[in-house]
Amino acid sequence: MLTFAVRRLLLSIPTLLFISFVIFMLLQLAPGDPMAQVPLTVPPDVKEKMRQALGLGEPPLVQYWKWLVQVFWTEPKIFIDWLTRDSFLLGWLPDTHLYQNELRVLSWQTRSPVMDIVLQRLPQTLWVVGLSYIVGILIALPIGIYSAYRQYSVFDQAGTFVTMVGFSIPPFFTGPLLIVIFSVYLGWFPSIYDTTHVVNDWDSFTVQLRQMVMPIMVLALQTTAQLSRYMRASMLDNLGQDYVRTARAKGLSEAIVVMVHVLRNSMIPVVTVIALGVPAIFGGAIITENVFKVNGIGQLLLTALFANDLPMVMTLTFIFAFLIVTFNLIADVLYGLLDPRIRYD
Amino acid sequence: MTDSPQDDLIVAAPETVAPIEALRDKGPDAPPRSKWKDVWAQFRKHRGAMIGAFFLMLITFGVLLGPYLWTLDAQKLDIRAKDMRPIYTALWNPEAKTGWNHPLGSDQLGRDNLAQLIAGGRASMAVGWAAMLLSLIIGTGVGVVAGFFKRLDGPLMRLTDLFLSLPILPLLLVAVTLFRQPLRANFGPEGGMFILIVAVVGITSWMPTARIVRGDVLALKEREFVLAARSIGTRPFAIIRRHLLPNVLSPIMVSATLGLATAIITESALSFLGVGFPSDFPTWGKMLADAVARMEDYPERVVLPGIAISLTVLGVNYLGDGLRDALDPRIRGR
Repeated sequence: MLTFAVRRLLLSIPTLLFISFVIFMLLQLAPGDPMAQVPLTVPPDVKEKMRQALGLGEPPLVQYWKWLVQVFWTEPKIFIDWLTRDSFLLGWLPDTHLYQNELRVLSWQTRSPVMDIVLQRLPQTLWVVGLSYIVGILIALPIGIYSAYRQYSVFDQAGTFVTMVGFSIPPFFTGPLLIVIFSVYLGWFPSIYDTTHVVNDWDSFTVQLRQMVMPIMVLALQTTAQLSRYMRASMLDNLGQDYVRTARAKGLSEAIVVMVHVLRNSMIPVVTVIALGVPAIFGGAIITENVFKVNGIGQLLLTALFANDLPMVMTLTFIFAFLIVTFNLIADVLYGLLDPRIRYD
Repeated sequence: MTDSPQDDLIVAAPETVAPIEALRDKGPDAPPRSKWKDVWAQFRKHRGAMIGAFFLMLITFGVLLGPYLWTLDAQKLDIRAKDMRPIYTALWNPEAKTGWNHPLGSDQLGRDNLAQLIAGGRASMAVGWAAMLLSLIIGTGVGVVAGFFKRLDGPLMRLTDLFLSLPILPLLLVAVTLFRQPLRANFGPEGGMFILIVAVVGITSWMPTARIVRGDVLALKEREFVLAARSIGTRPFAIIRRHLLPNVLSPIMVSATLGLATAIITESALSFLGVGFPSDFPTWGKMLADAVARMEDYPERVVLPGIAISLTVLGVNYLGDGLRDALDPRIRGR
């Protein structure tokens, strides 16, 4: 198991390098010019200097190398500095001072480090999308369990239909639909998510809750639809097995048979599916964030794309790819840990 | 003669023995049934799948024949008849601006909603089918080659893993914004966008098909009929064409339905985010995106294309569910 994990970990390094190279080369083909907004009165030689300052004069491979150094060498140094200086966990360690004012990955839109902007945006995305994922899991698992236990009952038919609907309705339709119903006609929830809202007492907390309801509903519907289908299929696979008959024959109560014996075995594939969905928390909510104007990472990527902010797009896409590769690895390792029958050799 | 019962039996047998019930038949009661007849019989039992297939056909024929029945041009501006409501609004709001000349109303520029829905459906379905076919061809090709030729298995599956770990929606957005201009210049605004979206969706969605097909081919390759074919000197490509491809048809058909659903949703999502077809070319996603700004006054302009997308995808998904059950011999027997 350990050798498998180590081998996969080593294999993921060239994978990530290759992905980042592909994305970088794709972005090199971009037709947009970051100097397009500069007034025509600026003389050409000054323009050339500005281009150099953005790091555009070098050949693509040199640019790629510099990006790699910035992301994999400079940014970790800043992170370690932060850990030993300000963080709660390791703040007692002596200050490291690794970062010596090297150039970081700068956004062309704001001229500030990309990582700082990402860290500013991350809480909004994590709150909305992460919470919706948890809500989705909490709804999906009971539905999946019960509809498998009572297969072909009315509840199962209704549950299958609802998950099918959740599977089929895209978020850019459910979002506006919820806004029409709950904001326009009923007036219960605000249609725009206010990211500047500060929670400091009970009233502001309820405001925060109300503005989070609709985006979470949209995203949780999708999670629920996918997960409860998996949960149902996995429970159905296990309910017909011999060990279930043995457990019943031993005289165990139905609750223990289903909730302990069957559930624990059915959770194995479901847990890996849940792990595989985590990267989507960070990157997959582009549309929902756009509909409800949540100032998160997906929205950041969209605006960066339209503004031709290549360092930002490059870094964000790479972060998404990194998360996907990492969680694929975690899912594989989890599968092996949870199910002793699985042996990776 | 002894008294043992066995001897009695032997003596008595020639007169009284009669074949048991099942052996008395001269031939089979019913003519032998082909596989596809069985599949159809099982498929008909799945009510959701039947409704889904019926609805998908209805929409397909609706958007194909619609322009001949409702001949209004989807892009014709009729500024005097702008912002009309659907005809059913008159049921609860007699003052609403309705009329039979625009049964589903018109938008802020006076373009007819029904004609736009039909034209948008044509675009969405065309993109969906083309992208699905492309991803099927790539996926089946990669899967069959990886499963059949051992030497290519490793590299091709690593490639599949690599594609699976790409962040799809961000990359789609990147690719569409990057290649929009050159393709538009070469193939015209609509043609270029069509090629771009089909190519991008097809290239990023073939991986599940490839994995399933590879697994099936790996198992089929070891079966006796492939060995027999090989032993009479059939060439590898003939084996693939004659013996392997027909046998992996069922998983391909199931992933085709999933691919169609994803392709339609992806195209609409791109249009919704404003990187899809040009603004005067109606698609369902584009209609929805344009209407979001005015959805307080004209909710039907959001709801109609949204329902069209959702019902199509729902129909396709149910069809895929039914196909999966019908094509699985373990379920079909029951």
